[in-house]
Amino acid sequence: MIYLDNAATTKMSRTAIDTMLFYMDQVYGNPSSLHSIGQKANEALYDARARMAKLLGCEAREITFTSGGSEADNQAILSAAYIGKKNGKTHIISTAFEHHAVLHTLNKLEKEGFKITLLPVEETGIILPKQVADALRPDTCLVTVMYANNEIGTIQPIKEIGQLCREKGVLFHTDAVQAAGHLGIDVKEQNIDLLSLSAHKFHGPKGIGALYARKGIRLTNIIEGGAQERGKRAGTENIPAIMGMTAAFEEACCHMNENAERITFLRDKLIAGLSQIPHALLNGDAQKRLPGNVSFCFEGIEGESLLLLLDDKGVCASSGSACTSGSLDPSHVLLAIGRVHDIAHGSLRLTLSDENTEEEIEYTVKAVKEVVEYLRSISPIWRDLVSGKKEFIIK
Amino acid sequence: MALYSEKVMDHFRNPRNVGMIENADGIGEVGNAKCGDIMKMYLKIENDTIADVKFETFGCGSAIASSSMATELIKGKPVAEALSLTNKAVVEALDGLPAHKLHCSVLAEEAIKAALKDYYDKNGIEYDRKQFPDCESCGHCCEA
Repeated sequence: MIYLDNAATTKMSRTAIDTMLFYMDQVYGNPSSLHSIGQKANEALYDARARMAKLLGCEAREITFTSGGSEADNQAILSAAYIGKKNGKTHIISTAFEHHAVLHTLNKLEKEGFKITLLPVEETGIILPKQVADALRPDTCLVTVMYANNEIGTIQPIKEIGQLCREKGVLFHTDAVQAAGHLGIDVKEQNIDLLSLSAHKFHGPKGIGALYARKGIRLTNIIEGGAQERGKRAGTENIPAIMGMTAAFEEACCHMNENAERITFLRDKLIAGLSQIPHALLNGDAQKRLPGNVSFCFEGIEGESLLLLLDDKGVCASSGSACTSGSLDPSHVLLAIGRVHDIAHGSLRLTLSDENTEEEIEYTVKAVKEVVEYLRSISPIWRDLVSGKKEFIIK
Repeated sequence: MALYSEKVMDHFRNPRNVGMIENADGIGEVGNAKCGDIMKMYLKIENDTIADVKFETFGCGSAIASSSMATELIKGKPVAEALSLTNKAVVEALDGLPAHKLHCSVLAEEAIKAALKDYYDKNGIEYDRKQFPDCESCGHCCEA
């Protein structure tokens, strides 16, 4: 199988697996226990926090371990919102193409009386700092903009947006789930107050993530209970997962530049190959995107059938079509960048890792071409388009 | 559990009766691109029997499988029998569909009915309008 769904999740690295096995096997204590076995686990936790902090450019006490990116997003946004409310500020700015962990948390806050502004997104899939500047109000308490989009991979100017927020004294959160381990992060240099990341997007384990919160930002608990994580996130720490994440993050950050170079080369080869398919359109800016992200819309076909047939040919991919999501609407991200329903249904996302090879990319281009051609041959829309009865949307 | 039954996957991977019929006696097209599925049925009718049927579908795996199965269920059958094909029969023949995919089987039923209606209209044959649901108002998709 050729795995091209690394934005959904990645295969764990050998280092991460070995690290986890060691901690499961040897360091099984509860970090809260005072005996030596517990204290050994506590030392590991201390060590992991310091190492994660170093890679993000922050202090160890600014890191809170969570169950993953979604929990970190929830906690970051709710915390910033409640701090704002205390100061009489209840306006939040975000974007139309955030992950649902962000959007649904904002929906919840809207029901509590917060005012939410979702910035529209240009066709390039990039938010302009000016859009944020224009939307800032005296009562704005939080701006939350993702570092890189999960479907179309476009990279947002978070440093500039963070700068604007700093100047106005507004908290800035970024969902860096897709970026962490793939793009450089320095929370100080990038003016970030709150940042979420998830281990399984950079070859670490599932079910673990981290929230960076600049010191002084009071976090609101999502999970109540014991005094773990300075009382901000109850529950016995998952030491094997935390250690596996830390090992994977170090590995990813250490090889970031060489990986990015290699993966970008494969990405551009894949984009060039798929661009040869008639009436196909790349989603998002061609350059300002994650090294591993390729996202296309193909006119006249539907994404789920495309995925299933690619799977039959040994290629694991993903789609923003409605049929794959269980809802009636296609991806909110594709709609946000202005793709109409008709072609958003025919979307395909291929996301690479450093394990992919040039041969795999060549094979994938061939497989996608064949499947798209076949599905068009049985599509009544395609017949209408080719016969001129309907006009092509993608020229 | 896999999303689709083996029957669905079989009809999706190897759809029966896919294609078009030149000078078909009845053609029906239902669904729309906005919702992500369109089915088009072509019928050849001889001696009040479905002599041949072909389909073209833009849609997901279950839409293609439902079209394929529906054509199999009516091929060679008397017109009256084809007219009484229900989406439930299509679902049963496919060994079930996930709940959010049931509308695909509804589309298959509607596509066949639309093609039969076209045949009746073209040939000036009287029919009971109540037998043909109004596709435009069924609201199985695009409620927004």
